[in-house]
Amino acid sequence: MTFIVGAALTLVLAAAIAVVASQDPSRQAVTLSVLGVSLTVLFFALQAPDVALSQLAVGTAIVPLMVMLTISKIRGGR
Amino acid sequence: MSRRVRMWMVAIAGAAVAVGMGLAFVDLPSFGGSHHPYRDAAIHGSVAHQTANAVSAVNFDQRGLDTFGEESILFASIIGVSALLRPSKEEQEAGPSQPGRVMEATRILGYAFIPLVLIVGLDVISHGVITPGGGFQGGIILASGIHLLYVAGSYETLGRLRPVRLFEHGEAIGAGAFACLGIAGAATAMGFLANLIPLGSFGQLFSAGTVELLNGAVGIEVGSGVIVLIAKFLDQAILLGPQKS
Repeated sequence: MTFIVGAALTLVLAAAIAVVASQDPSRQAVTLSVLGVSLTVLFFALQAPDVALSQLAVGTAIVPLMVMLTISKIRGGR
Repeated sequence: MSRRVRMWMVAIAGAAVAVGMGLAFVDLPSFGGSHHPYRDAAIHGSVAHQTANAVSAVNFDQRGLDTFGEESILFASIIGVSALLRPSKEEQEAGPSQPGRVMEATRILGYAFIPLVLIVGLDVISHGVITPGGGFQGGIILASGIHLLYVAGSYETLGRLRPVRLFEHGEAIGAGAFACLGIAGAATAMGFLANLIPLGSFGQLFSAGTVELLNGAVGIEVGSGVIVLIAKFLDQAILLGPQKS
């Protein structure tokens, strides 16, 4: 059990570093959704399926979508 | 402020936070222990009200007021976003220039997943009392599912099959129903958001009294609210076109 939690935490750490290290905001939206999935795995490993479900829906779909739409509005086009 | 002064300030503040956190962590119970007084109290309360999903019991029964606050925050922020993202005078509808090319595989998978996702969303809302999930999670799943129409089809398809006005009303109705259920509790002198209708039997689809109804109200509010939110963003990005500088 502790091993799974540790592995999930490591995954979250790696994904979070990837978000910070992404230079381009539109790439950042993609790494952000990867971070969302890793957090979902972590919450599931910690036996919190309700929170995991919220995180999955908000963190991997809605927030990155809003970021992408904002970027396309600001950048102008495509 | 020079860079040097700033770095010093960061170092001092960082050290202060580190010391504070260290002192706070010393007194924490160790990770994964078996002593959980709050869990025991919450589960006792949820079983007493015939709610199989203890998280729903905490959200809608034991701490219903907190959820009411959260839903009001969501409601207010969506109104705020709608006000900020309304088309300004200079912006006129350019109209989506030409529908982009969608890969066949994306199109087929998108259309195949729409009914699936919608059913999962409804399932998560309706079983919020007995299994993990509830109005919030299910509402967002429903809202995401509807937007597969945009991914697989086009912006026009989405616009035709998703009347934004209807969902604007839905959001208000959901938030209003939550408040009315709360006031009903107060009116019967049991307290705001009290669990006042028959509880049913443990583990049944229709059980847990008002938890089920509040769950549904939140489902309607969050689902409609997120659809309105995404609609405003989509309008800005696609219909009104890129920002002119």
